[in-house]
Amino acid sequence: MDTLIVLVLLTFLAITAIGIIVLRDLLGAVILLGLYSLTAAGAFVVMDAVDVAFTEAAVGAGISTILFLGALSFTKHEQKPRGHDSWVALIFVVVTGGLLIYGTLDMPHYGSPDSPSQTHPELAVRYVQESGSEVGPPNIVTSVLASYRGYDTLGETVVVFAAGVAVLSLLGLRRRRPEDEAPEDAPGDIPAADPQDNPRRNV
Amino acid sequence: MSQLIGLYSYWIVIVLMMAGLYIMIARYNLVKKIIGLSLFQTSIFYLYITMSKIEGGTAPILVEDADYVYSNPLPHVLILTAIVVGVATSAVALALIVRIYESYGTIEEDELKAIEAAEPDA
Repeated sequence: MDTLIVLVLLTFLAITAIGIIVLRDLLGAVILLGLYSLTAAGAFVVMDAVDVAFTEAAVGAGISTILFLGALSFTKHEQKPRGHDSWVALIFVVVTGGLLIYGTLDMPHYGSPDSPSQTHPELAVRYVQESGSEVGPPNIVTSVLASYRGYDTLGETVVVFAAGVAVLSLLGLRRRRPEDEAPEDAPGDIPAADPQDNPRRNV
Repeated sequence: MSQLIGLYSYWIVIVLMMAGLYIMIARYNLVKKIIGLSLFQTSIFYLYITMSKIEGGTAPILVEDADYVYSNPLPHVLILTAIVVGVATSAVALALIVRIYESYGTIEEDELKAIEAAEPDA
């Protein structure tokens, strides 16, 4: 029954992905991407990954959609129709996908208990058997995230901090100043200028 | 038939991955490209979580005095990190796109190339 639910949700995901490809309206594509993340979160619950599911629902479907909508509110909603180079891309994608599908033929089947990812003594068995006494929290994911792989999490926060600084330096500081008071040549303070007018200012 | 069900999740993951890759190659709109990137990322998350699932298992939360089979928690941890990093990447990309739009007035890749080519010393 679980497997059936996963198969149905996966099929939904594929349909949503195709919808995102064909949709020309960017707003619609962003909303479909949110739907895609939410469907994925539902499937993660069925596949026992509850922590991943609520992160995906909150961050993937929530914050990510808000970021896209925010970006769209500054730019255009419509992508221009293009089709002339799709053939090369389509052939490339089909060949790559075919090779990858050929590669999956050797993979352990879905849910199989004797796959390497379930039987590795250090990476699966030990976490399940020892983390309760070694670290403490009943949620094994918490133990691994904060203790066994604490440096990963530290690195993640560094990445998020760097991304926040990058976004702020690209957008945030400039917007606080009113356009007319800003000096002409201040770095990082370039109003939307006509590129024909002064091309080098944009760089 | 068991082969079909056992491998179906991998195949869908590959379809999603290739959908994202196709969007990134064939669409000129920059926002659409980032949407394709997100699609690709989520399919990778799916691949990892699929591999952590064990038949008859339950979520990896320890229960006292019970003999449950738990799904492998390690892929969950890796993907938790990956989701947050993925959103951070998207945020930087979208901020760059907003700046590009403000400077050039377009977010279509070919129009940007035309503007670049028209510049005297580009």
